[in-house]
Amino acid sequence: MTPTTWFKRHGLASWLVLACLLLVVFPLLFDNFRLNLVGKYLSYGFVAIGLVMLWGYGGVLSLGQGVFFGLGGYCMAMFLKLEASDPITTKIQSTPGIPDFMDWNQLTALPAWWVPFEYLPFALLAVVLVPAILAFVIGYAMFKRRVGGVYFAIITQAVTLILTVLIIGQQGYTGGVNGITDLKTLNGWDIRTDSAKVILYFVNAGLLLAAILVCGWIQRSKLGTLLLAMRDKEDRVRFSGYDVSMFKVFVFCLSAMLAGIGGALFTLQVGFMSPSLVGIVPSIEMVIFAAVGGRMSLIGAVYGALLVNAGKTYFSESFPELWLYLMAALFIGVVLAFPNGLAGLYETYVKPRIGKRKSTVAAAPVDAPAQHPAPTTLDALPPGLTVKNAERGQGELA
Amino acid sequence: MSMTDIFNITMMQGFAGLSLFSVLLLMGLGLAIIFGQMGVINMAHGEFMTIGAYTIYLASTLTERYAPSFMEEYFPFAILLAFVFAFIAGWIAEWALIRHLYKRPLDTLLATWGLSLAMQQTFRSVFGAREVSPTLPEWLLGSWSPAEGLDIPINGLFVMMVTLLVTGFVLLALYRSSWGLKVRATVANRAMANAVGINTKRTDRLTFAIGCGIAGIAGAAFTTIGSTGPTSGSLYIVDAFLVVTFGGAASLLGTVASAFGIAQTQSIAEFFISGSMAKVLTLLLIVIILMIRPQGLFASKIRR
Repeated sequence: MTPTTWFKRHGLASWLVLACLLLVVFPLLFDNFRLNLVGKYLSYGFVAIGLVMLWGYGGVLSLGQGVFFGLGGYCMAMFLKLEASDPITTKIQSTPGIPDFMDWNQLTALPAWWVPFEYLPFALLAVVLVPAILAFVIGYAMFKRRVGGVYFAIITQAVTLILTVLIIGQQGYTGGVNGITDLKTLNGWDIRTDSAKVILYFVNAGLLLAAILVCGWIQRSKLGTLLLAMRDKEDRVRFSGYDVSMFKVFVFCLSAMLAGIGGALFTLQVGFMSPSLVGIVPSIEMVIFAAVGGRMSLIGAVYGALLVNAGKTYFSESFPELWLYLMAALFIGVVLAFPNGLAGLYETYVKPRIGKRKSTVAAAPVDAPAQHPAPTTLDALPPGLTVKNAERGQGELA
Repeated sequence: MSMTDIFNITMMQGFAGLSLFSVLLLMGLGLAIIFGQMGVINMAHGEFMTIGAYTIYLASTLTERYAPSFMEEYFPFAILLAFVFAFIAGWIAEWALIRHLYKRPLDTLLATWGLSLAMQQTFRSVFGAREVSPTLPEWLLGSWSPAEGLDIPINGLFVMMVTLLVTGFVLLALYRSSWGLKVRATVANRAMANAVGINTKRTDRLTFAIGCGIAGIAGAAFTTIGSTGPTSGSLYIVDAFLVVTFGGAASLLGTVASAFGIAQTQSIAEFFISGSMAKVLTLLLIVIILMIRPQGLFASKIRR
C-alpha cells in the first residue's frame, strides 16, 4: 500500500481540511466572542459524531442524546459550582460553603452524592462514566429484548422527559429551571477570561478531532463492518453467531460518552448548565445536526453541527419567525430530498468534479446511494477518460 | 375527620384520576389509530390537537361578535368543526409528506417533527404567542355537587363524556364499519388487502386524516380545562406516545387500559408526593415495564 492510497482510504484528507479550519482558520478569522461561539457549537459536534456512529452505522435512533449531553455537563458543572462556592465567597448565606441554590432551598448540608464531585479526577471520570452507565442500563435492557427502531426512540424520549422533570422538580439538589450558574474557576484557573476561552476552544477542537479519528478507526475495524451488517440485515448477523445486542449496547454507550464529553466542554465554555439544554426539543435538534451533515459521515456531522447552530444563532436573532420554518424545512428536506445530508451532496456533486484532474478518482466507489441520474455523472467525467473507466464509474453509481 | 369527609375526598380524588384518564385517553385515541394501526410516528399529533383548540377559540370569538344569542349552543358545532379542520389538515399532510415515508418509520419521525415546528410557527404568526382561551357557554362552567362537600367540576365531566363518545365511535368504526374492515385488513396484510381490491393508499390517507380529526376533537375538549398556546400541543406528545406504546401499539383496548393505569398511578402518587415527582415515578414505572415487556400490555396477535 503506497502512502497516497493509505491517505485516501482513511479519509485523512477531509480530516486535515477540518483540522486546518478548526485550528488555524477559525482562530485567525474570528474575535474571541465568535471563537467562543464556535467552541460552543463544536461541543455539539461530539453529540453529532456520536449519532453518526449510533444512527448512521448502528441504525439505532436515540432521541435521548440530550440526556447524556446534560449528564456530562451537569457532572462538570457540579465540580465547578462546588469550587465556586467556598465558605469565604458564600459567607452571607445561612449555610456558607454550599452552592447558593441549595441555600435558597433551605438545605443545610451538602447532599452526600454531591461530595465526591469536589475532586476533579472524580468529576472528569463521571463526565464519561455516568452517561455510559445510564446508556448501558437502558441499552442492555432494551437491545437484549430486541427492542429497536421506533420503540427505542420513544423510550429514550421518555427518559429525556423523566430527567428534565426530575431536574426541574428537585430544585434544591439541581438548581431547578435556572440550572447551575455562576461557574468561575477550574482548579483555580479562571475560565471566564478571554485567554481561558481561547485555550478551551483549542482543547475542544483537539478533542473533537481526536474523537473523529477514534470513531473513524472503529468504522474501519471489523466492529464497524459488523455494525453496518447489523443495520442492514440484523438476523443474518445474529445467525452467523454474533451477539448483536452487545454491539448495539457498545455503540450506544460510545455515543453517550461522546455526548457527555461534549456536555462537559459546553459547560466549561459557556459557564452554565440548565435543563433547557437537556429536554426533548434539544435532543431532537441534535439528531438534525447529524442528519444535515450526513448521517454516515463523521466529518459531515461536525459541519452539520456548526452550520445548524450558526444558522440558529443568526436567524433566531435577526428573523425569529423564519427560524422555525427553516428548521422545519431542514427536517423535511433532509428526510425527503437529501437523506445523506451535506456529505451526500459532496459525494454526488463535488467529488466527481474534483476527479477531473485524476481519472482514477472517478472510478473510485462512491458511498452515497445513487438517486443521482447517471447521465449527469457522465458529463462530469473527464473528457479524456477511456470508455472502460467511464462505464465502471457509472456502474458503481447506479 | 368524619366518614363523609373521607368519602368525599376519596370521591374527588377518584374523579381527578378519572379526569386525567379521559384526557390521556383522548390524546391517545387518534395516535392509537395513526401509530397503532398504521405504524406512522406522527410527532405533529399535538399540533393537530392545537388546530382543534384554536378552532374552538375562533368559533367562540366569531359567535360572540356576530351571533351573541347563539353563545349557549355553539360548542357542539365548534367541536364538529374542529374535527373537520384537523381532518383536512391531516389529509393534506398525508398527501404531501407521510405517503412518501411509509417504509421509513424513523424518517417519518423527523419529518413530522419538522411539520410540527412549521405548524407551531404558523399558529404563532396567526394567533400570537400569548395563550388564549375561548368564552365557554354558561352550562360548562361551575361545578356539580350531588352531596354536601362534594364538588365535581362540570368541564371535567364534559371531557369525560366526550371521551366516552369518541372512544365508542372509534371502536364501532374500527370493528363494525367497512372503513374499519379495510384498515384492519391493510394492517394485517397490505399486499393481500390490495389483492382483494382494497385501495390501501386511499385507506391510509383516510385513516391518517381520521386520526388527526380525533386529535382535533381532543384539542377542542381540552379548551374547557385549559388555555391554548402555539406550543400547547407539544406538551402532550410524549405522554400520548407512551399511552399508546404502553397499551400495546395495535390494540385499542390496550390504549384504554394503559390510559386508565397511568392516570390512576399518577393521581394516587400525587396524593402522597409532589406533582413533579409523581410524574417522574409514573414515567419511570412505564419505562421499566416497557423494558421488561416491550410489546406493551396487550400484545398484538398479528404476525409481522
